Amino acid sequence: MTDEPLIRWEWVVRNAPELLTRAAEHLVMTSIAISIGFAVSLGLALYVRRRRRLRAALFAIGNVAYSIPSLALFALLIPWTGLTLLTAEIALVSYTILILVRNILTGLANVPDDVLDAADGMGYGSTERLWRIELPIALPVIVAGLRIATVTVIGLVTVTALIGMGGLGFVIVNLGYLRFFPTAILVGAAGSVALAVATDLAFAALQRRLTPWARVRAE
Amino acid sequence: MEFMADVVFWLADASHWQGPRGVPTRIVEHLAVSAVPLGVAVSAALPLGIVIGHTGRGAAVAINAANIGRALPSLAIIVGILPFALRAGLGLGFWPTVVALTVLALPPIVTNTYAGLRGVDREFVDAARGMGMDAWQVITRVELPLAAPVVLTGIRIAAVQVVATASLGAVIAGGGLGRFIIDGIARRDHPEVFVGAVLVVLLSLGTEATFTAFERLAVSPGLRGITRPVT
Repeated sequence: MTDEPLIRWEWVVRNAPELLTRAAEHLVMTSIAISIGFAVSLGLALYVRRRRRLRAALFAIGNVAYSIPSLALFALLIPWTGLTLLTAEIALVSYTILILVRNILTGLANVPDDVLDAADGMGYGSTERLWRIELPIALPVIVAGLRIATVTVIGLVTVTALIGMGGLGFVIVNLGYLRFFPTAILVGAAGSVALAVATDLAFAALQRRLTPWARVRAE
Repeated sequence: MEFMADVVFWLADASHWQGPRGVPTRIVEHLAVSAVPLGVAVSAALPLGIVIGHTGRGAAVAINAANIGRALPSLAIIVGILPFALRAGLGLGFWPTVVALTVLALPPIVTNTYAGLRGVDREFVDAARGMGMDAWQVITRVELPLAAPVVLTGIRIAAVQVVATASLGAVIAGGGLGRFIIDGIARRDHPEVFVGAVLVVLLSLGTEATFTAFERLAVSPGLRGITRPVT
């Protein structure tokens, strides 16, 4: 690899269509994980919100689960679900849930009591109060969680190349490392960093747009 | 159930427990490739975080370090460093992995050290200054002991992350427990993949437990639960 130039631009230009397809795959895998993960997390958060013991148990499990390395989590699933997209997504969704449930609960807990009292006084039912008062007020913290989850998942999708998936990890490992071709390694690595940073900035902008009245930092 | 039997057979095979490819060797390799970058990261990031936290200058760097760290995909860093490492004559495996893991370990330590020192009540610092302490004494006798829970949590986060990510060193021909996972996938040896994964999980959880225990020992009992780290 040492006498090969670090980057061959003509290869990048020639393979631009494939590189863009890989980047698109990367985003699709991320979107699947985030949308399923968000739906599950919202349901889970609403369910455990008023159940203190269940919530404590969930957090305890979550703390342990979060220190499980991604490669190990993929590997633990392989004997059962094989080298499939399902294996990848189960692991990615799990990490998403670990991040999002906590943020959704924090966001909901931060809604001031007097606001809730006012909503009750105005005759809101519990469902209506949740959708029209609590969730909108909790939105900045929830979006902050989505931002962390998305950036984390973009990084983890890179690792799924090791269990046979596409995405930019495929460019890094299969096109780059396995052929000792620095150009593909660097393009894939730079691409995944760029994707994560761009997504992070996009979410930061979304956060500001959605909630001009609040500037809350991520939990 | 048949699969679990295969796992038991794998574990019962004496050849998996000795020699350069045995479990004990892989664990030692894993700990070595984790300890070096953690040591380097602590000795670089701790002073940096202390300076930023003490002076308040360069705060943006410390605050954003955590965000940047999260946006760095670990696999991309490990393999991405390889072309440069080869040029620098570091070879495959160990050294490129050490460099990559050092990069990944820096942000949580800088951010938490800064946050810990900034979180110290200004009144204590003023009182210390009023008593005639110089900057060094304020840092070592007032700020660091009070910031210890947050600083140590940053180091623990970095340590767990390094041990977890060290598995990916196997991708670029490094040793460690990741070898069982990567080789097992290549050979479609699912019991080996599974055992490798379980060992990596146990080592990560063990690292977490060790550093948590260390935090308990090192932090004054009066400080427990009153400061929050940045994760």
